Amino acid sequence: MITFNNVSKKYGDNEVVREASFKINPGEFVSLVGKSGAGKSTLIKMLIGEERPSKGRIIFGQYEVNKLNDKELPELRRHMGIIFQDFRLLPKKTAHENVVFAMEVAGRPQREIEEVTPQVLDLVGLGTKTQNFIHELSGGERQRVAIARAMVNHPDVIIADEPTGNLDPINTWGIINLLMKINELGTTVILATHNKEIVNQLEHRVISMEDGKIIRDEEKGKYILV
Amino acid sequence: MLTTFYRIVKYGIQNFSRNYLVSIATILVLLLAVIVFESLILFGVVGQKAISLVQDKIDISVDFRETVSEDEMLNLKSSLETLTEVKEVEYVSRDEALVRFKDRHPSDSDIAKALEEIGDNPLRASLNIKAFNPNDYSSIASYLNNESLSGIIETVSYNQNQLVIDRLAKIMDVGRQAGFLLTVILAVVASIVSFNTILLAIYSSKDEIGIMRLVGASNMFIRGPYIVVGAIYGVFSALAGVILTIPFVYFVSPYVSILIPEMNLWGYFTGNIFAIFGYNLLFAVLIGVVSSFVVVRRYLRG
Repeated sequence: MITFNNVSKKYGDNEVVREASFKINPGEFVSLVGKSGAGKSTLIKMLIGEERPSKGRIIFGQYEVNKLNDKELPELRRHMGIIFQDFRLLPKKTAHENVVFAMEVAGRPQREIEEVTPQVLDLVGLGTKTQNFIHELSGGERQRVAIARAMVNHPDVIIADEPTGNLDPINTWGIINLLMKINELGTTVILATHNKEIVNQLEHRVISMEDGKIIRDEEKGKYILV
Repeated sequence: MLTTFYRIVKYGIQNFSRNYLVSIATILVLLLAVIVFESLILFGVVGQKAISLVQDKIDISVDFRETVSEDEMLNLKSSLETLTEVKEVEYVSRDEALVRFKDRHPSDSDIAKALEEIGDNPLRASLNIKAFNPNDYSSIASYLNNESLSGIIETVSYNQNQLVIDRLAKIMDVGRQAGFLLTVILAVVASIVSFNTILLAIYSSKDEIGIMRLVGASNMFIRGPYIVVGAIYGVFSALAGVILTIPFVYFVSPYVSILIPEMNLWGYFTGNIFAIFGYNLLFAVLIGVVSSFVVVRRYLRG
């Protein structure tokens, strides 16, 4: 489903991703690990089309991501659910409206939006805070909204870039459990993290990066610090 | 398509109301631009009226020789009326000239006495000619100075007033050009200021635009609400512009009438208030929509 073929990314003379090659199959849960600056976020940015690779090909389903122009990117991203460490929620909308917005841009009918949105917000455990504005929510709650927004359009893949970086341990595990539940329902999950404890407990595939290079790719891997 | 349009309008109204401080600030700046624009319309009307009044005062008159028959004079009137430069030709008979002369000097007993002593009507028949454009008087005059007409025409007033007429024509031309140039410059300045205000208003939302792109929103879905907001800015500022001008015109109108007695600015304003609002609306909405369109475009990459 996702293929990186000899992908490199340079900023000036600084090569932040070097000849990365790997495949991710549908339904996999893959942890992308490495220290800060290892190249995880750049890899994810290239997958979602936020950055263009300097070299190589990135295939996502029917799309050759590296060849898509600005107008074609929205369609690609409607097949992805993206979660960030800084949440990236629309600050002037409520939790409910953030989720509704994702469905509306995907062209979902009004009746479906009204039916599905409360269910998804309930699933992520937002409770009674669905009508609160984003600044009225805690970090954990914001990330739950981000997950609800990411999963509401039934994407082919959920891409989470350090989703627990700003959260306390309890909320961290709440979010990881949600991602695991989503994966069990058949959605591919890519989790970029430098949280060793999470990766080691997940016991799923681990792709390790260091200085822009993929140094290890193991089924049921561990986070091994060098 | 209709659903998408409805959603775009909904988000536009939502953005406008939730960013009310930015909205108010932007409307205020746009309002200043609208007031400048509206003032230019009103100054244009007053200036045009002043110019046309001066223009109306300019004419050239042809005095005929005593022996010329009325038919010959009317023939010349008809031939003058065929000239494209000529707006209007008025024939003033000897009797009519005398009536007008007396009307002009009703209480001057010396003149009345002199006319009595002469006994006969000393005035001559004449033609008063008005041109569409003051610059055309010289060509009309050269037509009248033609050798073939020297037998019937005694004097052409242009020959005596040529300097004044030409100078007035030049002043009016310069006045028109300066007015047009000033209008263009002020309208451009007002538009640039408004554009920059909208640029800053949207700049504060550039992160949100990035988020919308990550969620998969199309360019139209992102840009649409900002264009709606731009149009709402335009509607409010156009409306406020007209409302604020009402007391101003009411106050200024009597002073304009002192300078130009034939001008009733208040009457013009109230009679054309919907048209003026329409021009304001077109100007402000166009600035709001075009600015939003151009600014958002900058953030729709990547």
